[in-house]
Amino acid sequence: MSPAPEDASVHRALGLSDDEYQRIYELLERHPNHLELAMYSVMWSEHCSYKSSKIHLKRLPTQAPWVLVGPGENAGVIDVGDDIAVAIRIESHNHPSAIEPYQGAATGVGGILRDIFTMGARPIAVMDPLRFGPIDDPRSRWIAEGVISGVSGYGNSVGVPTVGGEIVFDETYKGNPLVNVLAMGVLPTERLVLGQASGVGNLAVLLGASTGRDGIGGVSVLASAGFDESSEDIDKRPSVQVGDPFEEKRLLEACLELLDQGLVSGIQDLGGAGITCATSETASRGGAGMDVDVTAIHARENNMEPFELMTSESQERMLAIIKPEDLAHVEEISARWEIQASVIGRVTGTGQLRILDGFDGDVLASLPASTLHDDAPEYKRPIAPPADLGERRAQDASQGPVDCINNLLSLLRDPAWVYSQYDHQLFLNTVVGPGNDGTLLRLRNPRNGQETGRGIALSTDGNHRWCHVDPRQGTAMVVAEAVMNIACVGAQPLAVVNCLNFGNPEHPEVMWQLAEAVDGMAEACVAFNAPVIGGNVSLYNETNAVDIAPTPVVGVIGMHPSLTTPPPSIGFPPNASLLLLGQVPDTDVSLAGSQWAWEIGGCKDGTLPTFDLQQAVRTSQFVAESVQKQQLLAIHDIAEGGLAVAAAEMAIDSGFGAQIVDHCDHVSMFNESGGRFLAVVGDELLDDFLKDAKRHDVPAIQIGRTGGTSLNFGTEIIIPVSELETAYRTELPEALGLGTVNT
Amino acid sequence: MSQRIGVVRFPGTNCEFDTIDAIRALDGEAEVLWHGQSDLKNVDAIVIPGGFAHGDYLRCGAIAKFSPVMDSITSFAEDGGPVLGICNGFQVLTEVGLLPGALQKNAGMKFLCSMQQIEFASTSNVLGQQASVGDRLMIPINHFEGNYVCAPEVLTEMEAENRIVFRYTDNPNGSLADIAGICNQAGNVVGMMPHPERATSRLLGSTDGIGLLRSLLAA
Amino acid sequence: MHFEVKVEVSPREGIANPEGSTIERALPALGFVTASNVRVGKVIRLRVEADSSDDAKSLVEDMCNRFLSNPVIEDSQVEVLQG
Repeated sequence: MSPAPEDASVHRALGLSDDEYQRIYELLERHPNHLELAMYSVMWSEHCSYKSSKIHLKRLPTQAPWVLVGPGENAGVIDVGDDIAVAIRIESHNHPSAIEPYQGAATGVGGILRDIFTMGARPIAVMDPLRFGPIDDPRSRWIAEGVISGVSGYGNSVGVPTVGGEIVFDETYKGNPLVNVLAMGVLPTERLVLGQASGVGNLAVLLGASTGRDGIGGVSVLASAGFDESSEDIDKRPSVQVGDPFEEKRLLEACLELLDQGLVSGIQDLGGAGITCATSETASRGGAGMDVDVTAIHARENNMEPFELMTSESQERMLAIIKPEDLAHVEEISARWEIQASVIGRVTGTGQLRILDGFDGDVLASLPASTLHDDAPEYKRPIAPPADLGERRAQDASQGPVDCINNLLSLLRDPAWVYSQYDHQLFLNTVVGPGNDGTLLRLRNPRNGQETGRGIALSTDGNHRWCHVDPRQGTAMVVAEAVMNIACVGAQPLAVVNCLNFGNPEHPEVMWQLAEAVDGMAEACVAFNAPVIGGNVSLYNETNAVDIAPTPVVGVIGMHPSLTTPPPSIGFPPNASLLLLGQVPDTDVSLAGSQWAWEIGGCKDGTLPTFDLQQAVRTSQFVAESVQKQQLLAIHDIAEGGLAVAAAEMAIDSGFGAQIVDHCDHVSMFNESGGRFLAVVGDELLDDFLKDAKRHDVPAIQIGRTGGTSLNFGTEIIIPVSELETAYRTELPEALGLGTVNT
Repeated sequence: MSQRIGVVRFPGTNCEFDTIDAIRALDGEAEVLWHGQSDLKNVDAIVIPGGFAHGDYLRCGAIAKFSPVMDSITSFAEDGGPVLGICNGFQVLTEVGLLPGALQKNAGMKFLCSMQQIEFASTSNVLGQQASVGDRLMIPINHFEGNYVCAPEVLTEMEAENRIVFRYTDNPNGSLADIAGICNQAGNVVGMMPHPERATSRLLGSTDGIGLLRSLLAA
Repeated sequence: MHFEVKVEVSPREGIANPEGSTIERALPALGFVTASNVRVGKVIRLRVEADSSDDAKSLVEDMCNRFLSNPVIEDSQVEVLQG
């Protein structure tokens, strides 16, 4: 029999290549029918199969003794002691947010929360690293406002605090925003459940919202195609999913109650590829098969086709695997939380996923469950560095309209307009919330709410400028920055999750960026002893065939071992010594990849400053310990905008200035040489602190004194703190609307 | 002494466990009251905590008022039992008519989560037992619909009867007369937008909510 | 008989309407300088069973008074669209 299909246009329209069709033919040993083709098409999409990136992701370190669940499950899980485990995951919702910002972001939050409670954990924190086009572009502002409202509207209502994130505006994201969402949850270790179906005769129960036509083909249409800015957005609108946070809240509470009572042997959320993905993943993970009755699926609309029911991405649904004798109890709990529960499947021992028209009815599809995942194609796409890499790296990024005072004022931005729209305090854990370096939460026992006396720290970071200039070193610096952020709140890293936002993988340069970024991330994660326990790859981030700058975003989770006092704020206290800690920049340090070079100098290339990863490890460890020992009066890491922006943020926070000696030229003020902190130490501790730093092999240079009402760099550059504050506070409210209105 | 406090749970409530934790930290007892049951379990006082009772669809608190537990709470309040509505709980109390007025969207049309300073305007109510008029407290707010509004004659009446419990010192949401919290005529039913349970730990930035909850426990 | 009914819930006169004000402030930026008195309410459509159009109307008016609108801040208007 020939592998050529009768009509090649069908599989092509579904996004399957001729080679992929042939592979399906070989796996089934026959031609697939349309339903089967639809199921392969959603499961073998880039979004679900990671077919372009898998080969590279294997190079990331994923092991450590405290890792309970690594990549490949719904969320990574680590053991944090006291029989408490923490589940964490990050995901992108970039393309849906470009089309319908509010719902795209809202359903992004909903999806990531289900990944967390799928593991048996109660979600207690969300972080949202957001990246938009230029702030002076009206459409980008519209997207930004919609996305922020969506995170706020869904997250606040579902009842999970949004405790941190990022907001970045840059030309590269015009038409293709990056909406990444991280969620974290806690669980008693013994409650950990995996998304697998086992036990022949067990039932698969679909819980939650009805299945509608929303998001049909959403996975392949929305996640695997770029957008032309003008034309097709409107046509894509019907497949946008709409979020219902109240449904999610009830679903969450019902699922946690089912898990608490031990009624569930496996559970899986429904995300991309809907019921197809959930049934086939649970079955193949459990080494089982499943019969699915499409007529049992509670549908929102009449006359839905089997392929629509099987691939719909309707939100707020879960699939639970239960024993038949527990069904009545499961139904009782579902009824109390006012969620629907339908038995749609039975676990079989055949390894086949069969889709049936009624449990005793016709077989509509039958395929080996594992082929949807394990046999998905894996591509070794061509890789090539940019042809002009040598020229780019030779550029001098220090040229431009130097005006240190106004340059500094223009680089300041207060994110409070964003995070004041998020409930960031729910659950009474938020010791250090958004707007600071790292977020710090009390770690309490999920069984009884008792304090453990320890803290969990989180930070999300990305930097497209560094990664554009040098994806490998840039990504290592991004990981380091996230670790440095949590060091500021006294924590040391335990694990990393990543969201790899890149352009079109069919462009060899993009694959080179991805490969380099993975290597840089691997180097840094090994150095910090923080394995990657989960992640997400978002490709095809492009507009009009122009790829975004490579933007790997990492989330780092860490532990504060003895949380009895809040860590120091970033604000300058008066009359103390200001120290620069960490790697000493090159004498001819470059401005390449800095915010100054991109936004003021207008040069996006050059060569990044030398980065000493081992020094960053020593420095961040030393800072975390100093914070724990309460030796610091203030601490802030130096990142975007360099030393000048870090010092300005410290001055604005407290209202006190500082007199900094030297550092009065634009290169030393704005370079972003990595691995550095600004620390303030009281006079009585200074000698001991400096000795301590030396013993830990951490360079510590006294660069000034704090106090006064102005921030001075040398004797010429003097800026009143009030002027810094005005520039800082007004930018976002003026651009995006008023957070509060005069009454 | 209101040693046992019932904390109401609607399906979309989300501050119930925070409230319970805060009460227990003050050596009070706390009991969850499921909205679908009318039994108040012999509690001495009731807190309707924050959240989104029924997703806040239609209007905040509009669906909650039909829950069986609310009939019992209305009788409990009419008999003089102490009732505190926090944030969404305040919205529910206005919907059921235990407190006058309504809470509409913030003037800035944005959800607001921030630390806010409020001032005691009256202490003749269940929260003011340990306070003086003019006391200033730092208590977080967290709402989209916190913009208090009522008819002018209702405001005049409440002011005459000392029923404005808290005013914002820097009005964040457009509330009429800077109102952050009010009470009924007897002073046993109080509604407030700020969250006292979020201001009960130095680690979390404020302990100014402790006095309010202690006052309720002592009522 | 089935009746399709439309309920219009609007902010009461004299009550501030933040949604309306926000829209009103945004309109001039788009070049619409002549708009004023912007008020935002909501429309609810439902189908009821009743003996007559008048019965349907009074049934839904009762719903409005008890549930669909909050008389403190909102007015409501019921319209029976078709039988």
